[in-house]
Amino acid sequence: MRFIRHIGRYMIMLFSVFRRPTKTSVLKELILKETDDLIIGSLGITAFISLFMGAVVALQTSLNLDNPLIPKSLIGFATRQSIILEFAPTFISVIMAGKVGSFITSSIGSMRVTEQIDALEVMGINPLNYLIFPKIIALLFYPFLIAIIMFVGIGGGYLASVYGNLVSSEDFIIGLQDSFIPWHVGYAFIKTMVFGLILATIPSYHGYYMEGGALEVGKASTTSFVWTCVAIIISNYILTQLLLS
Amino acid sequence: MIQVNDLRKSFGGEEVLKGITATFEKGKTNMIIGASGSGKSVFLKNMLGLFEPDAGEIIYDGEPLHDMEIERKSELRKEMGMLFQHSALFDSMTVEENVMFPLRMFTKMKLPERLARANEILSRVNLIGLNKKMPSEISGGQQKRVALARAVVNNPRFLFCDEPNSGLDPNTATVIDQLIQEITHERKITTVIISHDMNSVMEIGETIVFLKDGKLAWKGTNEEIFRTDNKAVTEFVYSSNLFHKVRIAQNKGF
Repeated sequence: MRFIRHIGRYMIMLFSVFRRPTKTSVLKELILKETDDLIIGSLGITAFISLFMGAVVALQTSLNLDNPLIPKSLIGFATRQSIILEFAPTFISVIMAGKVGSFITSSIGSMRVTEQIDALEVMGINPLNYLIFPKIIALLFYPFLIAIIMFVGIGGGYLASVYGNLVSSEDFIIGLQDSFIPWHVGYAFIKTMVFGLILATIPSYHGYYMEGGALEVGKASTTSFVWTCVAIIISNYILTQLLLS
Repeated sequence: MIQVNDLRKSFGGEEVLKGITATFEKGKTNMIIGASGSGKSVFLKNMLGLFEPDAGEIIYDGEPLHDMEIERKSELRKEMGMLFQHSALFDSMTVEENVMFPLRMFTKMKLPERLARANEILSRVNLIGLNKKMPSEISGGQQKRVALARAVVNNPRFLFCDEPNSGLDPNTATVIDQLIQEITHERKITTVIISHDMNSVMEIGETIVFLKDGKLAWKGTNEEIFRTDNKAVTEFVYSSNLFHKVRIAQNKGF
């Protein structure tokens, strides 16, 4: 019953985010700030993780290739498929749920605790639009981040394979180009858009409707991370069924 | 003027406000006093429209709040200023940006005009020179003054203050009280202040509403409050050691 109440309140929140919009000039500034905080600010850590994950995928594939009949170019193929289909959109989104999601929940939650949200409301500003709408728009740029992550991840696989003497540069590139289906990139970006919406709204919901003090802000951040991950994993399954089956 | 008629509010079956009727006059500092848990904050939040009352009405200059469309409510709120108990300054903004915030949101003023207005109001609350500081870099009393500056910068018709001098030293508390009263008189604002500080009541309580257990127990002025026979009020007023000693002295004829 409580779960249904949360779903209902989340839906009402989504609807209210688009009502009584904030002044355009202010919104523009907020969107730029959120893009900087949420997207640009995440580039370093996600690229770092991606570089090494790409390297590990290549290494693991190579270590499991003990049959001489299987071409070494499979390392490039496996790296590309793993990074584009799952690693970049899904795994990085789970990491973003920890980094960006916790930041959103704790910043909005702190504003709730210190009555800053009440202050916005008393001034006649729609706090949901002021606080959450810019985050949703900023996370529309999330596919750009994921595109960079894809390049970096495959680059990490290439570096580990070639400089680790697992495969030659030519073989890796042959594998990379083998049986390439452009739709897979489209599928990854569609997933990324959905995950971006989840990353912007679920942590915001947990921050906005939290009750209590500083301790509860921490609890809300943890709960928000758990539910954001759950939503990402479930929607990943549904979208894969719908788009690839 | 704000008129409140038979206001009722419950939470989880417990009635917190039990039918309060009161009038808050224009150009006066109207105080709501009472012990902790008497319903003062809930009463204020109902007046601000942050809570929906179960029954009763709140009328702003002849306009009932509950009849207003959400857009009209938003418009009305642009004419309200609120000084929160813990200041509620936006911690991602500087002092100056906090003060300019209502101007930026609701007026077409350009930046130089906004800056001039912010400086004018900051000098009014004796805070010139702190413009570029973040709220975390200034003291509690200074934060309260910034919050007051933000509340009045857009010339509101209604000013609400939730325990404006709680946690402040007596000098700073007096400064805040005097500022609120001066601004109220200058601009003919309807000011409503929640407090349980008897010094404030004596200093600026032009009309006083006393709440007890969610009911209006007494109303009057700061001169009448020390002469009333109302037991609940006298218990509250003389619970302060200082006032208790003053009363003993008065009874002895000093």
